[in-house]
Amino acid sequence: MPTIVSVQNLRKAYASGFEALKGVNLEIEEGEILALLGPNGAGKTTLISTICGITVPTSGSVTVGGHDTRTAFRAARNLIGLVPQEINLEPFETVFNSVRFSRGLFGKPRNDAYIDKVLDQLSLIDKKHSKIMTLSGGMKRRVLIAKALSHEPRVLFLDEPTAGVDVELRKDMWEVVAGLKASGVTIILTTHYIEEAEAIADRVGVINKGEILLVQDKAELMAQMGRKQLQIELAEAIDEIPKGLKSYDLARANDGLHLTYSYDTKGERTGITTLLNDLAASGLKMKDLQTKQSSLEDIFVGLVKEQA
Amino acid sequence: MNYTAVKSIYIFEMARFFRTIMQSLISPVLSTSLYFVVFGAAIGSRIEQVEGVSYGAFIVPGLIMLSVMTQATTNASFGIYFPKFIGTIYELLSAPVNFLEITMGYVGAAATKAMFIGLVILTTAYFFVDIQIAHPFAMFAFLTLTCISFSLLGFIIGIWAGNFEQLQLIPLLIITPLVFLGGSFYSISMLPPVWQTITLFNPVVYLISGFRWAFFGTADVSIGLSLCAIALFTGICLTAIWWIFRTGWRIRQ
Repeated sequence: MPTIVSVQNLRKAYASGFEALKGVNLEIEEGEILALLGPNGAGKTTLISTICGITVPTSGSVTVGGHDTRTAFRAARNLIGLVPQEINLEPFETVFNSVRFSRGLFGKPRNDAYIDKVLDQLSLIDKKHSKIMTLSGGMKRRVLIAKALSHEPRVLFLDEPTAGVDVELRKDMWEVVAGLKASGVTIILTTHYIEEAEAIADRVGVINKGEILLVQDKAELMAQMGRKQLQIELAEAIDEIPKGLKSYDLARANDGLHLTYSYDTKGERTGITTLLNDLAASGLKMKDLQTKQSSLEDIFVGLVKEQA
Repeated sequence: MNYTAVKSIYIFEMARFFRTIMQSLISPVLSTSLYFVVFGAAIGSRIEQVEGVSYGAFIVPGLIMLSVMTQATTNASFGIYFPKFIGTIYELLSAPVNFLEITMGYVGAAATKAMFIGLVILTTAYFFVDIQIAHPFAMFAFLTLTCISFSLLGFIIGIWAGNFEQLQLIPLLIITPLVFLGGSFYSISMLPPVWQTITLFNPVVYLISGFRWAFFGTADVSIGLSLCAIALFTGICLTAIWWIFRTGWRIRQ
């Protein structure tokens, strides 16, 4: 996949001296969904704002579709749609006029049929002539997306699209995002909901304290970094782990009926076979076996902790 | 040049004006009528002609200027402050538009509104006093230039303002006094000599004087000086706006 957004050594220091971005490098591939994961204040919004032109970087550069966002800002911004985190909308204007205004700002000729199509895609067509102030929170968020899509961008930035949105609406939003991806739009979304990244992203970037800690294919990341756990349920409770099993990193549950063995899927040998043999040799009877994959959340918390 | 964007901003801003068209119309008509009743009929009847013009007619250019300057300033300042306040400014900052295009859209709309109100007042004045316009073209040009330059000033105030109080502060504390003391309701030749000199430092004097010349053919200061003053004022405002967008002052972090 060709690169559509390239961020080179991007730094942003505010007048207060706070360094929001500390030399960020990031390549975004065309057509992918990249989730930028990070705790509050990690620099996610600053990164997006800098790419989109709202914040001026202290140093470094960004190109979108090969156009530098500062020297060729018109060409670069024409490719970008931005959905901000806050619901920033003119309350007294109608949905349609508001979206049409956005299209005009990007210099595109009037095309009401296209706007209708976008509104329809986002289930807003019934509210076309409603004033924005009369819409529900979820609908307002859709209006923001419609505005961002009004000029037919190739890259869409969604800054925390589901912050403060209920579960049902969140799933709805994921469907919208999936639909956009299917139509060929590259999507970068920031989130601090790990489940969101896990559910819809192709790649995951972890950002903390203004630095990108990693960017990786989601499945690969989970496979590479994920630790797995083997849970053994015993037929009879034990008071302590038998001598023959001391060399294994086993944890005994308080009830004495469960043993947990952690292993790394990266390792060539997981040690499961020998463990099971030794288990039988020490006379323990197994009732059940279960493996558990650690979630992206565990990986994320681990990474952020490591940096701290 | 992204003319579509300029047009979009202009239309979007004008829509705000048309949403409240009745308020926009009634308030200048009512306040002008009040001025005519108080100044024109009650006080004016005791004042002899000023520079060969009846007092009622004499105050018309000043009245128009008073409204136009305050309307242009408040419209333009509100126009750009509101997106800042509700957060929709993000859209302008991330769109492929430069400072000139944003300014043209907002200032153009604010100037149009002020111009419209100016013409409404002029029409209202026709019902109260007998006025003839000696130089209609110059009158129109002065009106346009004043609308644009004060909208530029308002635009700067809107960017500078951090809250609604500040938004009101400059029109209230600076523009209104300058207009009142700039000869809206009197000829500066009616002042004692010391005040005549002091008044010449008030930039509004040149605008009102020029505008009045367009109506009656007489002026406090020369018409060339008036034109220079308005050109200088516009130039200063444009430079300030160019600097604001270049540095991102108060809008881009």
